Amino acid sequence: MAEILVLVDHVDGAVRKTTLELLTLARRAGEPAAVFLGTGFDAARDTLGEYGAAKVYVVEAPELEQYLVVPKAEALAQIAQSSGAAGVLLTSSPEGKEIAARLAVKLGSGVITDAIDITVVASEIVTTQSVFAGGYTVTAQVTRGTPVITVKPNAVTPEATGGSVGAEEKVAVAFSDAATKARIVDRKPRAATGRPELTEASIVVSGGRGTGGDFAPVEALADALGAAVGASRAAVDSGWYPHAYQVGQTGKTVSPQLYLACGISGAIQHRAGMQTSKTIVVVNKDPEAPIFAMADFGVVGDLHTVLPQATAEIQKRKG
Amino acid sequence: MGAAPASRNPPGLGGRNPAMKIVTLVKHVPDATADRTFNAADNTTDRAGVDGLLSELDEYAVEEALKIAEAGDGVEIVALTMGPDGADAALKKALQMGADSGVHVVDDALHGSDALATAQVLAAAIAKVGDVDLVLTGMASTDGSMSVVPAMLAEHLGLAHVGFVGELTVSGATVTARRDGDVASETIEADLPAVVSVTDQINEPRYPSFKGIMAAKKKPVETWTLADLGVDAGAVGLDAAFSVVREVTKRPERTAGTVVTDEGDGGVKLAEFLAAQKFI
Ligand SMILES: Cc1cc2nc3c(=O)[nH]c(=O)nc-3n(C[C@H](O)[C@H](O)[C@H](O)COP(=O)(O)OP(=O)(O)OC[C@H]3O[C@@H](n4cnc5c(N)ncnc54)[C@H](O)[C@@H]3O)c2cc1C
Ligand SMILES: Nc1ncnc2c1ncn2[C@@H]1O[C@H](COP(=O)(O)O)[C@@H](O)[C@H]1O
Repeated sequence: MAEILVLVDHVDGAVRKTTLELLTLARRAGEPAAVFLGTGFDAARDTLGEYGAAKVYVVEAPELEQYLVVPKAEALAQIAQSSGAAGVLLTSSPEGKEIAARLAVKLGSGVITDAIDITVVASEIVTTQSVFAGGYTVTAQVTRGTPVITVKPNAVTPEATGGSVGAEEKVAVAFSDAATKARIVDRKPRAATGRPELTEASIVVSGGRGTGGDFAPVEALADALGAAVGASRAAVDSGWYPHAYQVGQTGKTVSPQLYLACGISGAIQHRAGMQTSKTIVVVNKDPEAPIFAMADFGVVGDLHTVLPQATAEIQKRKG
Repeated sequence: MGAAPASRNPPGLGGRNPAMKIVTLVKHVPDATADRTFNAADNTTDRAGVDGLLSELDEYAVEEALKIAEAGDGVEIVALTMGPDGADAALKKALQMGADSGVHVVDDALHGSDALATAQVLAAAIAKVGDVDLVLTGMASTDGSMSVVPAMLAEHLGLAHVGFVGELTVSGATVTARRDGDVASETIEADLPAVVSVTDQINEPRYPSFKGIMAAKKKPVETWTLADLGVDAGAVGLDAAFSVVREVTKRPERTAGTVVTDEGDGGVKLAEFLAAQKFI
């Protein structure tokens, strides 16, 4: 069976959940082989094996951390070519898409972004995507070269195989001049919130302009549910919540089991980022707010009273 | 393109940004607030049935170019679009905002082009514009939304690309950019020429002024075909696409759920719903 390369998304060897999702999907199409770029592989080995990476390609080079994206694309292109892989899967993050874009040009291959599912039809990889703000679902297929596919977080529940990494191949890459043209001169890690990662969370509680700037009731409800906190652009533009938490067209796309929209009207750009959530709950004082049209459950009311009461009730029920 | 505008000053004049040429990419897209559909025949985006406009996210690129021009001397801004007849409406808006000239790449063979072909054609057009120092683009088209064209373009042109930039400064032959990623906020330095895609965090795009609208009428717009660019028509368009859409399904409308009005127990009812759905 041909190899399906999975680019490992990690921070110093701490593997992100999206990578485990990719390994799970890769198994449907072939033999998953992880590509680990950068330092920290020792910390990642067991997790990668446990989720089905029988083989791992490891590239360690200072360029991978010092320069933007291109060294990663060059390393991945070299491995894709030498391994004869039948496909490459990456996370649909800004970086994942940039690497995918360059990789596709280097390989002369087609690229599909933002897949929400992968199936195999007549031994071809077929992707599912949600387009036009979630209004349509399309299936697509790469017709030339090695399919390069970026997959959205939460596309699948990661399944462990209980395996281990059988083969490790250290790969040396000679980077081109083009690889060192964009230098990373400073990197400030984002402060940890103690809450789940927004794009990975199974529950998201979001606040909008209706919070009036007070996110405390939104955060309290999120914490009672073990949820991530999101925000509308109106809340972000008002300086009430950092942009990293914005949900929507120009923020994050989330696809949780449960999305709670509090004081958010439901503009199309916001819906684009949350429309594929499984269950949607709305709290809004305006019964005419468009967001109610997508609600599985809605409360017409003031979030400043409804949310604290819901939080207290949840805590009571949890005992 | 023919001669550069006469106002172009010698490099370094004024001690600020030396003379530079910026290309801003502007895409013409179907209005997102209208009902967007696909062509039944070939599963491409229907551009005929819907009103089009300059992709909102490209306005931030145009605005950023204008800010760089205002901060320096002799900065020339060329707006570039690839798209069918009518796509030059996107150029018009960019010219009204303040870009100096426009280029419209139009050719029947381009119908159905994928991101790879689009990037190849735009790269050829940028090469033809010539002596370009900086290419500014939006973070994503509001219709296709792949966010891949800028990086592909950079790959074709052999240039650095800094994507999803929230803050940009140009100083001499270097751009410094801040981008806020998932796990960190990074500062990137790249040598010009470079491709930079900007987010909607970077600025507040201006509305065209009356003066700008009048001035735009006199600004030059060139129309280039694939032959002008030396791009083989067989390498672009639907038949040459590297990926195909197999099926298109309209997502079923969400069935209306239960809506209750808070009468002092809205929070409890919310919690009851969550408990019934096993979220608690
Ligand atoms: C290019 C572009 C990109 C964009 N990208 C995004 C994006 O990524 N994400 C995004 O969210 N938006 C985005 N937008 C903005 C979007 O169009 C809307 O302006 C925005 O989503 C509105 O945010 P909101 O719902 O919080 O505010 P509003 O539309 O003002 O709605 C506030 C809601 O709160 C309700 N409310 C007020 N007070 C209370 C209260 N006390 N209790 C309960 N409810 C209350 C009101 O009834 C109202 O429905 C984008 C716009 C553009 C042009
Ligand atoms: N046909 C086009 N004409 C001009 N610019 C384009 C075109 N397609 C994409 N772009 C530019 O590339 C950016 C990203 O596009 P995309 O990769 O399609 O999301 C857009 O915001 C535009 O600036």
